[in-house]
Amino acid sequence: MHLAHYLGLLHRAQVNLADAFRQVADAHAEEPDIRHLCQRQAKLCDAYAEQLQPFAARYAEDAPDEPDRLHSQLFSGTRTGGIGLLRDLQDLYLMAAECDIAWTVVGQAAYGVRDEDLLAVVRRCEGQTALQLKWLRTRMKAAAPQALVVAD
Amino acid sequence: MVDRIADPWGERTPYGPGQEWPVRVDRYLADGRGDADVDRWVQSASVLHSNGDAMDIGVADGRIVGVRGRAVDRINRGRLDPKDLYGWQANHSPDRLTRPLVRDGDRLVETDWDTAMGRVVARSRELLDGPGGWGHFGFYTSGQLFLEEYYTLGLIGKAGLGTPHMDGNTRLCTATAAAAMKASFGTDGQPGSYTDVDHCDAIALWGHNVAETQTVLWMRMLDRRRGPNPPAMLAVDPRATPVAREADLHLAVRNGTNMALVNGLLREIVRRGWYDRDYVDAHTLGFDELCRVIDGYPPRRVAEICDVPAADVERAAELLGSSQRLLSTVLQGFYQSNQATAAACGVNNLHLIRGMIGRPGAGIYQMNGQPTAQNTRETGADGDLPGLRNWDNTKHIEELARLWNVDVDMIPHWAPPTHAMQIFRYAEQGSIKLLWITATNPAVSLPDLARIRRMLARPDLFVVVQDLFRTETAELADVVLPAATWAEKTGTFTSVDRTVHISDKAVDPPGEARTDLDIFLDYARRMDFRDRDGQPLIPWTGPEEAFEAWKECSRGRPCDYTGITYERLRGGGSGIQWPCTEEHPDGTERLYTDGTFNTDPDYCETYGNDLATGAEFTESEYRAKEPRGRAFLLTVDYQPSPEVPDDDRPMLLTTGRTVYQFHTRTKTGRAPQLNQAAPDVWVELNPDDAARLDIAEGDLVAVSSARGAIQARARLCGIRPGVVFVPFHYGYFDQDPGDRTPRAANELTITAWDPVSKQPLFKVAAVAVAKLADGRGVPAPAPTVGGSAPPADAHVPPTVGGPAAEATSGKE
Repeated sequence: MHLAHYLGLLHRAQVNLADAFRQVADAHAEEPDIRHLCQRQAKLCDAYAEQLQPFAARYAEDAPDEPDRLHSQLFSGTRTGGIGLLRDLQDLYLMAAECDIAWTVVGQAAYGVRDEDLLAVVRRCEGQTALQLKWLRTRMKAAAPQALVVAD
Repeated sequence: MVDRIADPWGERTPYGPGQEWPVRVDRYLADGRGDADVDRWVQSASVLHSNGDAMDIGVADGRIVGVRGRAVDRINRGRLDPKDLYGWQANHSPDRLTRPLVRDGDRLVETDWDTAMGRVVARSRELLDGPGGWGHFGFYTSGQLFLEEYYTLGLIGKAGLGTPHMDGNTRLCTATAAAAMKASFGTDGQPGSYTDVDHCDAIALWGHNVAETQTVLWMRMLDRRRGPNPPAMLAVDPRATPVAREADLHLAVRNGTNMALVNGLLREIVRRGWYDRDYVDAHTLGFDELCRVIDGYPPRRVAEICDVPAADVERAAELLGSSQRLLSTVLQGFYQSNQATAAACGVNNLHLIRGMIGRPGAGIYQMNGQPTAQNTRETGADGDLPGLRNWDNTKHIEELARLWNVDVDMIPHWAPPTHAMQIFRYAEQGSIKLLWITATNPAVSLPDLARIRRMLARPDLFVVVQDLFRTETAELADVVLPAATWAEKTGTFTSVDRTVHISDKAVDPPGEARTDLDIFLDYARRMDFRDRDGQPLIPWTGPEEAFEAWKECSRGRPCDYTGITYERLRGGGSGIQWPCTEEHPDGTERLYTDGTFNTDPDYCETYGNDLATGAEFTESEYRAKEPRGRAFLLTVDYQPSPEVPDDDRPMLLTTGRTVYQFHTRTKTGRAPQLNQAAPDVWVELNPDDAARLDIAEGDLVAVSSARGAIQARARLCGIRPGVVFVPFHYGYFDQDPGDRTPRAANELTITAWDPVSKQPLFKVAAVAVAKLADGRGVPAPAPTVGGSAPPADAHVPPTVGGPAAEATSGKE
């Protein structure tokens, strides 16, 4: 059963996203909403990762070797300035999207193994991940014209 | 004779439930004049607070000589706030700007209008040339202009230049009111009416020191409290304000925890069965989700988070839950605090689940701070679109394009209009290169002033300031345009409860000062803004024509003005509540009387936001909710403020107001009676904190945050332990530059804002407090009236106005 691998993938994606949110919060501290909201999102991601932990442990016993190229590297540090902010938010968006689809996949697997506890965790967290995506899209939509058309 | 400095609220005229509020006409004429010395009375209303009190301006020999309340008016029944009785004298201040100023190196020098406007237009044309030129313009306007001026300015920005970067200082005072009403009810627009005070059996004041911010509304509440069958009263405020002292129950919550309180109160009300299941089923959406969240807030947890007794939370729920006609008012204690929009929606939830909306006595005032903030919102001179339209609804944008005869995509509608703090951020980053500030003073009123001054002083930012005086902001301008003010121009404006008043020109403006409308029209003419057919974009030339144009813009929208004319506003009566149409020619006292809300997808002002992040929902997501005229019950979990006390800065700062001053004192600081009552900044401390810090009444104290530090004299009074209060009114214009000490509260405040309303957080900064010098027994310059009242045994001389403040008050 390969569920443990996808739980591992999702867990690491949440940990990476938390870390990236923190880095973006620090790099763009001059944008107060970015700073405060990214810090908050980082804490949420920490909490999701923590909730996945027991399930990862539970299913690890049945897992064969980890498949090739399971994890992806979506973030390599922050940038500066208006367009830099936009690019950083885009990185966060892609990372949150990875989490989002992984929640869906894990949720499907949870149905397959009839694991009500895991399903409950998926239900609690996937909606919040969708909101993170929404917030990032909202913020990027507002920032894009000024960053791409107006700024020197 | 009454001294309305010593007693801002005057004599009581008690009345009972369902009775008409008795008339009491307040009047102040300067220099011992009587009625016989007045040549004529000119109809107007107040622009020194948001209550919308109607008054007449007394004129003799072409000058204002005094004011009196309008007995016929539905809002004040003749009463006036002390700021209105005395504040008009600022019009005559010898330092009024009478000629335009332009920058010459480090000085501002007088010039003529052609030169000043020439500079503004030359810079504008230069910036507008090329793709993205619109994005170099930012406008930061006010809550003190008239409707006609805002609408004209909105049109210049949205269809002349095509920029979304326009906001008002209303962002600081009332953005959350608008955001909460949009979120809960579908559009902006106050459900209630001031007459709800006449009918209610309970009043809940949520972070609203109405006694000092809207004194006439407080008089109405006090008159009910002194009459038969008085309403119960609940106050939520960290300070011992006059409201808190009057209330039957005062919850002195820890700053920044309102969300936990409202969730906890809602939980109690649901669990005790004090909600209206039929109303909930028929008229709301989201009850189950609401219950899921509020269930996590039992009284003991609320008590822990808010630091109030659990029993008081239960008592408050009982007071709210047992009332039959509940009136709520909400203001800065919620709007300028942590989780502002969500907490304000919590008050809406309370009224929705109890069915306390749309009938006499059952009302909500999501209050305004600025006098004409309502119109900034309605006309789209702030972060809203004209006529409370939805920026994300293409049909709404098409309506505006048709009305203005411009291409749809001329109007910026790719995102909501840019909010104030973001406009200043773009200016700081250099992408906004022209910032036009009208009738407001961000160099004193915005958070983290050191940063704001740095931004405004940037050499690549061209700053235009339109004002009456050389404010702290004007000192940093490239061009200063002298404006006419209230009583020197004609226009209309609208109160919190949707009452539209006219304010007629009574006297000429000083020198070459021009009305804000004339300045905007002059700019539009010089810029040669045209519509799609090559005709002038703005065809009107005066206020009444602008009002008629606005009426068309408002047609069919919640704020429908089509039944109102200047003639009707002048004729004998006094004030009409919108919507006012052919079908409802006398206006509309209450909204949502049938429980049908403005949530229809084609009509609503927003498709909604996530309250925790501000994330926008799409049209299809909104439609999928099938609102069908039902209101939304929205809440979130409590989250601590972005800044909380720590070892270095162990106390919480909250900023606020005194009854005697308005905003940054541009006018009230120039009215002698008002200014003498509250001449300088002070800091309020709880006596226990003061004892620990070895601070006595009148001692000079340093208050410092991560942003800066100020000095102020200490007033020991009834504020909750661990919290300090500093009034935000005091800047630097009347300090000797050689002897200047930092004293503006906003040197300390944090740059942070609510994710939905984008209203800055002025109520939650972490600060350290230390004694600097002994006061040697001289008390702080704080009034003894209002929230800064010292304990009775403190022997501080009372605040009085003396003979110069003698006014009259009585039945006409």
